[in-house]
Amino acid sequence: MTGGRMDKSVMTWEAYRNIAPPGMVDLGHRISERLKGKTLLHVNSTRWGGGVAEMLHRLVPLFQDLGIDTRWDVIEGSPEFYQVTKGFHNALQGQAQTMTTQMYETYLKTSRKNGRKMDFNSDVVVIHDPQPAPLVYKKKKHSKWLWRCHIDVSRPQRNVWNFLKDYVSKYDGAIFSLPDFAKRLNIPQYLVYPSIDPLSDKNKELSEKKIFSILAKYNIPSDKPMILQVSRFDQFKDPLGVIEAYKMVKKFNDCCLVLAGGSAADDPEGMQVLNDVKNAAEKDEDIFILDLPPDANIEINALQRAATVVIQKSLREGFGLTVAEAMWKGKPVIGGFVGGITVQIVYGQTGFTVNSLEGCAYRIRHLLNNPEFARKMGQNAKEFTRRNFLITRHIIDYLSLMIANLNL
Amino acid sequence: MKEFIFTDCVEIKELTGRKADDEMMLMELIENAPIDSIYYHMHSFFLRHFYIVGPYPNDFANWVVMQVRDRVLAEKLSAITPAKNKNLEDIRDELVEVIDAHLTTIKTNPSVIYGQPFYLMNSKIIEIPTRIEAKNLKEFRSALAVVDASAVYNHVFEARLRVRRGRSDFAIWFEEVLGLKNLADAVEHIDSYMYSLEGLRAEILSLCDKELKGPSKIGIFDEPRHFTLIGNDENDGGKNG
Repeated sequence: MTGGRMDKSVMTWEAYRNIAPPGMVDLGHRISERLKGKTLLHVNSTRWGGGVAEMLHRLVPLFQDLGIDTRWDVIEGSPEFYQVTKGFHNALQGQAQTMTTQMYETYLKTSRKNGRKMDFNSDVVVIHDPQPAPLVYKKKKHSKWLWRCHIDVSRPQRNVWNFLKDYVSKYDGAIFSLPDFAKRLNIPQYLVYPSIDPLSDKNKELSEKKIFSILAKYNIPSDKPMILQVSRFDQFKDPLGVIEAYKMVKKFNDCCLVLAGGSAADDPEGMQVLNDVKNAAEKDEDIFILDLPPDANIEINALQRAATVVIQKSLREGFGLTVAEAMWKGKPVIGGFVGGITVQIVYGQTGFTVNSLEGCAYRIRHLLNNPEFARKMGQNAKEFTRRNFLITRHIIDYLSLMIANLNL
Repeated sequence: MKEFIFTDCVEIKELTGRKADDEMMLMELIENAPIDSIYYHMHSFFLRHFYIVGPYPNDFANWVVMQVRDRVLAEKLSAITPAKNKNLEDIRDELVEVIDAHLTTIKTNPSVIYGQPFYLMNSKIIEIPTRIEAKNLKEFRSALAVVDASAVYNHVFEARLRVRRGRSDFAIWFEEVLGLKNLADAVEHIDSYMYSLEGLRAEILSLCDKELKGPSKIGIFDEPRHFTLIGNDENDGGKNG
């Protein structure tokens, strides 16, 4: 029932047999057998656009392929409702927002309207993010409801969190993406890391020909080491810091720097950062600033595969999907010592975390000048990602939570 | 003869919402933590790092060295290794004593400046039988080579401490069912905390090979399969699924 623009030919659990760690595909089958006859419902706020919808498009067919009767429903709301939930979203992520009684009422009214229309007859119901959270009033005694929070609620606006907490507390459990996001709640809180799909356009294998053609498309030289950072042009991703670090490296090593980011056209702040980045590049012919469209997945994939060292020098970060993507491609990653990056990178084993420009520059030089060490680190990174950050582990985590909550 | 049935495991990670920003708070957190949290932070490293031997074999030491940047305490915490005669309460006491002695000596309370707090976690383990069983050492060796590494974790660490059997399931079976006391002792003698799960599997396989009188030259996942699949009438050679 997921509909849409996905490549169904690879959306089978068996397609991951030679990609997932040995035994994991069979483990998925055996766990699913224990869940035979049980039903699962996912509910979120949009079918298209955004990371949660993208993830559900890939997860739901795999649950179905494993024999779990899985549905995915989407709530409906007026533009006013989505304006309110955007305010909620920002407030929960720590931005100051003014929330009025009328806004809360709009939020609850839309929930009640959706609650009357939707079928919640399922053994396990997973509600994603704050938008549909009040639907928990429809919870039936026999079913288990889990609230899956994808956003960073570590420092929320207190009044908004207190309002939401009353609903979250009625769930059987809450799922967070990082330990930092956990709250003091009277229900079990689970940790489930996000994941990447090794069969998606952004992560699937590419031929050398394809990789070289994409480098040629952007006039990126293939005869010198490439340092890459993939992230939107945002001050918290510190692209200016990456350029500074590159300039320190360039005194010792001939290399090029690619900064590939999402379109900043509708984001004034992003446009400003992009302009600052262009100015900082100072017509250096070895710096390539790529403002890519949102669907440039193959291009990002090719750049990550062509890179010698991948940087994610964030100053603030949740779970770094681009870190996991680069690690999966066997690249040593140098990441800022913040948020989920400190969980993803095992220092000195699967990459390096750094606290300064100087540290970043030093580690780039270290890796450029020790290719065998860098290769081994990249291998470790790939194996670590295979076990911990692929969609196969994500599915197993959800199945395990179903078993635990249904007491099977 | 009682067969050995391999059982994988999956771990559900639970967040407690409790955290520490300095070494004093860490000590208090450990003192008051549920005992399963002590187990989690002393062992779950293995389930996250199947191939990597980390800087230190427990989360407490790794947090102190990486986030607080106090190598002295990290080294002392890394030396705390669960052993045959220790239960989890003994380990908790030892952790608290080591931190307390350290803080008394240095007379300051090192805290996180640039790093992340220590987040107290907990875990539930769900056992998932593999349908793979072994009736003798040859079958055991063959099966151990192909099961998911979580089975190694389950039969070694879970069995010893959380299930409180005192020894690994492997050692118990070798001695009580096969009568191979020397092999059982040798398996128990492996310093499990110094290996990744894959490394530990390789060590146990090597001991089995010695017992079988002739080390195998075959790689871990390339072994011809001799074990039995429960409920598989045709016994097709062991595709474990």
